[in-house]
Amino acid sequence: MRANLTTLRSNVELALAGRVVTPFSYRDRKLVETVSTGISEIDSLAGGFPRGGLTEICGPPCSGRTTVLLSVLASRTADAESCALIDGRDAFDPHTAAAAGVELKQLLWVRCRNLDQALRATDLLIQAGGFGFIALDLSDIAPETVRHVPLNAWFRFRRAVEDTPTVLVVLEQESNAKTCASLVLQMDSESARWSTTVETQGARFSQYTHAYLLDGAQVQPQLLHSRMQSINAAHLLDRTVAIRTSTGTSLGTSVRTSVGIRNAGDVKSFQTETVWSHLDSLPSDQKPK
Amino acid sequence: MAFASIHIPDFMVQAIVRSEIALRDRAVVIVDGTPPLWNVVAGNERALQAGIELGMAKSQAAQFNTVQIRHRSPAQEKVAHTALLDLGWSFSPRMEDTAPDTVVLDLAGLSALLGSDEHIAKKLAKCASDFGFVARIAVSEKIEAAILASRGFSGISFIASGEEAKRLASLPVRALLPSLEILETLERWGVDTCEKLAALPVLQLSERLGQEGVHLHKLARGDCSRSLVLAEPSLFFEEEMELEDAVEELESLSFLLGRLLDRLCERLVARSLATRVVRLQFELERSFDKDLQLFPPSNRQKSVSRQYEKLLTLPVPVRDSKLLLKLVRLRLQSDPPPAAIVKIILSAEPDKTRTVQGELFLPPSPEPEKLELTIARLGNLVGEANVGSPQLMDTHRPGEIRMKKFLQARAGSEISRKEKNKFIKKNHEESRIRKPTNGFRIFRPGLPARVEVRDGCPVRIFFRGMRGNVVTASGPWRTSGDWWQEEPWHQDEWDLEIDFAISVKRDKHISHAKQRGVYLVYYDVIHESWFFRGMYD
Repeated sequence: MRANLTTLRSNVELALAGRVVTPFSYRDRKLVETVSTGISEIDSLAGGFPRGGLTEICGPPCSGRTTVLLSVLASRTADAESCALIDGRDAFDPHTAAAAGVELKQLLWVRCRNLDQALRATDLLIQAGGFGFIALDLSDIAPETVRHVPLNAWFRFRRAVEDTPTVLVVLEQESNAKTCASLVLQMDSESARWSTTVETQGARFSQYTHAYLLDGAQVQPQLLHSRMQSINAAHLLDRTVAIRTSTGTSLGTSVRTSVGIRNAGDVKSFQTETVWSHLDSLPSDQKPK
Repeated sequence: MAFASIHIPDFMVQAIVRSEIALRDRAVVIVDGTPPLWNVVAGNERALQAGIELGMAKSQAAQFNTVQIRHRSPAQEKVAHTALLDLGWSFSPRMEDTAPDTVVLDLAGLSALLGSDEHIAKKLAKCASDFGFVARIAVSEKIEAAILASRGFSGISFIASGEEAKRLASLPVRALLPSLEILETLERWGVDTCEKLAALPVLQLSERLGQEGVHLHKLARGDCSRSLVLAEPSLFFEEEMELEDAVEELESLSFLLGRLLDRLCERLVARSLATRVVRLQFELERSFDKDLQLFPPSNRQKSVSRQYEKLLTLPVPVRDSKLLLKLVRLRLQSDPPPAAIVKIILSAEPDKTRTVQGELFLPPSPEPEKLELTIARLGNLVGEANVGSPQLMDTHRPGEIRMKKFLQARAGSEISRKEKNKFIKKNHEESRIRKPTNGFRIFRPGLPARVEVRDGCPVRIFFRGMRGNVVTASGPWRTSGDWWQEEPWHQDEWDLEIDFAISVKRDKHISHAKQRGVYLVYYDVIHESWFFRGMYD
């Protein structure tokens, strides 16, 4: 019986020779380095954004995608990394970004007019190498249009950033990169928070609009998908890989492998704060008198 | 103390051939004069062997099928002369600019760096070949002897001390460049070589030919000694090419530009320099018919001389011709010249080469050369004005920004380290205290909307085919400015939380849903219209 198993195993190995190097050994997932997003709730939810991987931040308009983008940009530029933003619809607001702490000098902003330009620009920037953070913002492009981006484009991006220290982030309304994404976050927000100086119970808000101020919003990021293992929190578990043959014989082997520690569907929430004056973002010596 | 003379034979021909490599192995003659009286003023050895004679008319020269005829180009000769000077300065700062086709180097002190005199001479010949010249080199302890030997003998010549007269003996008297009158006299006497001239008694020669005769006698004996007249080193890097036929296509132009950039970079490398600014000038074909149509009569005179100029500014000193060619190509693709090109001038402002090494513990950043190329490609893709770093402006006008060139922080410099520490400290402190800043997305330009107002407050909005009810409103916040200029602004801004009724189409099914968001809407007082400026995201 044992001799038969050995023969069977060698036959399988021979049949797969040249295509699969070691068919009976499990290849460990790579441990990836992650970077902080600057939002502790997202860091604890997803473990940060992976270097050398593709991260998708998706959600409807006003769901907090840009808030996360600005926070990561501020965090990366603060670490003196070169960052690039490919703006699919020229919607980036440098004033808010500066107020959020983004060092604009270290940001390469590419203002595109359509999806084709944005994809080409992303390709060029990834190929150039050396950028610590590259963001492709397709938030304002209709999801029907982004859905038509061929899967091999995402695959190409993932392969291009693999084994590089670049964090590639895509902002869109729906997740499109499928298995090419190392991490997918779905953003959602509750009602906006308003502060007021008057008692409005029973009264129509429209009488006191000047007494309202937008405080911020409550944002709820949800972890949709994560296939990364953070270098900082590697959990090694025993796992059995079994191959069942047509005769019902099990070719079992016990291997040690790493598995993800995050659970898809986890939700956290955090509050944002509105910047009141865009001119707050100006350096003190440049502020209008 | 030894001197090396570098002589470029048939200089006028070589100045042309240097920029047209295809002519290198062909018979070439140079014609000059006032049209239609063109005469042959120079020719290479192959042309002379084919039967071409100096002074021949162009029409006569044209009868030789194998001979290529080119017009004399003083501009190319000037560029070739500058290249010859660069060749000399790349070896020694002590150099004499003897003639357009000849320079003399002082080899004193070079042996420790470059080896023996023979070795230096070989290096000079190789370097001259890299510069596109076929040079004659002669090394001697006497300056004049070295010059005469380089003009008279091909290849590399060495003249040992005291053997000057013996080595120069076979040279024709013509090589001493006597005046026409004295040359005729010497020919009448049957004196045609330096050996015969050197054999003549000096006293009698001076009685018959004067001081010039004595000087020629000294030259013939290799006995003339003088000191080197040092040339002032110049930093002029320019390459020029006049085209027989106008070039219209970028591919053909790239080929020519590549050759010029190769030459330019070779010269920069020879001087241990690089460049940060490359100036590209084209002289365009004069198309009179088009000009007459395009320009009003008052401007027609101006339209005759048509120039095209581009300035390529680089963040770091570069001397890689391939990189420069790619950048120039991208620049020309994004802004092509309006007409065919008849003349190309490429000049480079020299700069010190980059010596700073990246720091080991700094985060990775793009290679400056690669980054420049990428930015140029991005500029070609989305427009140069749409690539760069945003810069905030000192104004209250909403959304006012400026794009500036993206430059990396100087890696390894004290400033970048300080800045980095400052950012990290600021970031960590602020992140502890502050919540994340609410993101804001701008609609450029503002999107027009129809707004229903009740008691001065927006209550319903029609926008992009959707209808939305205002849930909460904050405002109006009035801003205005630039009333003293042509484009003033005067706006009432509102932060509106709006419930939009949207239709979602998925898998042939249409479902209706509500989408709530906070938008910044403003009423333009000047244009009396409502616009969406952006949304909080």
